[in-house]
Amino acid sequence: MDSYLVELRDIEKEFPGVKALDHVALTLKHGEVLGLLGENGAGKSTLMKILSGVYQKDAGSIWVNNEEVAFETPKEAEAKGIAIIHQELNLCKHLTVAENIFLTRETTKFGFLDEKEINQKTQVILDSLNLDIKPTDLVSSLQVSKQQMVEICKALSIDAEIIIMDEPTSALTEKEIEELFGIIHQLKKRNKGIIYISHRLEELAHIVDRVTILRDGQYITTMDYDVTQLQQVIKHMVGRAIKDKFPRVESIIGDVIFEVDHITTPTGVKDVSFRVRQGEIVAIAGLMGAGRTELVRAVFGADPITSGEVRIEDQLVKIRSPRDAIKNGLYCVPEDRKKDGLSIKMTVNENMALPNLDFTTGRLMTSEKKEAALTKNMVEKLNIRTPSIHQKVKNLSGGNQQKIVVGKWLVRDAKVIIFDEPTRGIDVAAKIEIYHLMNRLKEDGIAVIYVSSELPEVLGLSDRVLVMCNGRLKADLKTLDTNQEEILHFATQYDALEER
Amino acid sequence: MSELVGKIQSKSLFDSKTKQFFSTISGLFILIIIFSLNNENFLTTANLLNVAVQTTPILLIAMGQTYVLITGGIDLSIGSNIALAGVTAAIFMKAGIPIPIAMLLGLGVTAGVGVLNGVMIAYGKLPPFIVTLGTMTTVRGITLTMTQGIPISGLPEAFNNIGIAKTLGIPNPIFIMVIFAVIFGFILSKTRTGRYTYALGSNFEAARLSGVNAHMTLIKVYMFSGILAGVAGLVMAARIISAPPTAGMGYELDAVASSVIGGASTMGGEGAIFGTVVGAFIIGVLRNGLNLMGVSPFIQQIVIGVVIIAAVFFDKLRHSK
Repeated sequence: MDSYLVELRDIEKEFPGVKALDHVALTLKHGEVLGLLGENGAGKSTLMKILSGVYQKDAGSIWVNNEEVAFETPKEAEAKGIAIIHQELNLCKHLTVAENIFLTRETTKFGFLDEKEINQKTQVILDSLNLDIKPTDLVSSLQVSKQQMVEICKALSIDAEIIIMDEPTSALTEKEIEELFGIIHQLKKRNKGIIYISHRLEELAHIVDRVTILRDGQYITTMDYDVTQLQQVIKHMVGRAIKDKFPRVESIIGDVIFEVDHITTPTGVKDVSFRVRQGEIVAIAGLMGAGRTELVRAVFGADPITSGEVRIEDQLVKIRSPRDAIKNGLYCVPEDRKKDGLSIKMTVNENMALPNLDFTTGRLMTSEKKEAALTKNMVEKLNIRTPSIHQKVKNLSGGNQQKIVVGKWLVRDAKVIIFDEPTRGIDVAAKIEIYHLMNRLKEDGIAVIYVSSELPEVLGLSDRVLVMCNGRLKADLKTLDTNQEEILHFATQYDALEER
Repeated sequence: MSELVGKIQSKSLFDSKTKQFFSTISGLFILIIIFSLNNENFLTTANLLNVAVQTTPILLIAMGQTYVLITGGIDLSIGSNIALAGVTAAIFMKAGIPIPIAMLLGLGVTAGVGVLNGVMIAYGKLPPFIVTLGTMTTVRGITLTMTQGIPISGLPEAFNNIGIAKTLGIPNPIFIMVIFAVIFGFILSKTRTGRYTYALGSNFEAARLSGVNAHMTLIKVYMFSGILAGVAGLVMAARIISAPPTAGMGYELDAVASSVIGGASTMGGEGAIFGTVVGAFIIGVLRNGLNLMGVSPFIQQIVIGVVIIAAVFFDKLRHSK
């Protein structure tokens, strides 16, 4: 029997209504970097959360150094030498490097904290990686890349054998990435096993030995990897495209109604221009962090722009806030419905009426009657399942919540509607209802902009696909003439040596 | 579908808001019953009117505080605004300015403080606690400077009438209290401004993305709080024909207590004027009843403190069910 550092066998995990992992396997050797690949939602993070004790598996077994283990908590996984470095770093910014590394493991002298001791220990770890960081530096004073190094030091300080890195380079510049790769090489030499999750397939080739590919919660394959196998890896990640699941409708595509010119934002969107015609669904595709949400938020006025112009029906419109956008018939269904789309403590009626009080309010008084009529109409039209229009939104399912976010705009005359990940986290039936809804809007001659991470959906619904990567628009493709491989190709086209 | 909707709507008598309504108001009645059994002087018209008059300033500022709490903020400057309104109006009255105009000037100044609070919170993105803590201290300092620390007394008799005189046997402050409670209750429950106030506290970002003019609404809410503190200050000055620069010290926390007992949440999104009215009266009745029973003011503070925590605790229990 091979001596694996880690072996996962037949891991299964189910969340309410979703089989997140279905008989997934993974092996990791000493001194190896294993890439874990898959599209958004493939199950990579879930699998790593199981390995690091954040989630518990439903079935299957985990073996560490040929010994079967079961973790109830991250602490137990840590005791077996498993450390995970999340995409969002877990550091206390107001504490020093040493204080962070030894958090909960502080050494004391006569009951007082012994700063000297932890500073010395930290210095040893920092030196072993040749890092130019002082143990007494405040974490908040370090760049993101250095903060990541602190996380790696933290892993080393608990003698971690297995280090999981989730998208470690997504916030780094090219130079910092090189630095990180240097550190990873050192860790390899020290015989550590590293699991590396990334979407940057080219970059991955420099660092990983093998890759394991997941798709829709299923194990696809494990293979040796170098850059020549890129196309093959993409094929495995994408699988076969299922087009007929989506009810595409043909409509008469009219004039250009919405023009975005040279939008640049402080949030990382760089010089993006595009046009949308009446009766057209334009999808914006890209990987996490590509700047899609940032783009649509800026266009809608939710975030400020540095430069750029927006035209609706050939009229230059100044959009400084969502109010301005709404006045011009441009609406947005935001990505995170609980955070940005709904007041979940308020009722269906209150949420639905909120942007439409200008229709329902008399000279002075709000009219419950008119609001209820408007809401009931929309509840029936969109088939929103709620026991009452006075039900609090938090008690509804994700799909029904999403229909409220969409519905509140449909009361008004729309010219352009932006949907940001409208089908995330909702069940299949509700997804299909949202597809039909977008098609109906398209048939009514509304310009629909649609951000999605689910490529089959994008290919099944849209008329055109804009592909973004690292804040830039990389391609403007006719949906019928493209495929997942091509979209993914543009979505991973990082500009070399670009300063962020 | 609409049948189902209708059925459930008719059941809404028992929804959580209504339940809260009943639980707060029954708390008030229980207190009234206990005190009437304990002391025969409690349940007399004279005493009840007295309770109402004494509760008036607290209730006025508590209504403003309720608006602010619903947005998820807090206004600590209202105690100082009470003194500022009184002192400003008093100075103008002494200068011979007609009483109504002097009073409006007093209100204008406190409304201005409110607007300033709102601007710093909305546009400056500063925490409401810090902003209003700052204006609380600053405004108190300004009133002390304006008066050199000495109460301005010898105000016109007509002004005194506002605080003391009775109309149809009912003291004027009670009319003022009722009028403002109706106006601000109406704004909160029946106008767009009121709805936006709840929307901001419930989810600021969602409200903004729905096109709510978030900044303007916040400024309005803090202005309301400033105006109501001003009204309270004028009523208090009118009753004692004097405007002390130290008036209203610590009242801001009584306002928070009234709102919270009445069901407002310091986390925002919840609260109502009717609840605040009941909350303010619970505190007023407690003080009055304990006084009549001869309980020392020191012990009264202990009791009121316990009541605040108990009220919120029971509210939490009810919510977690």
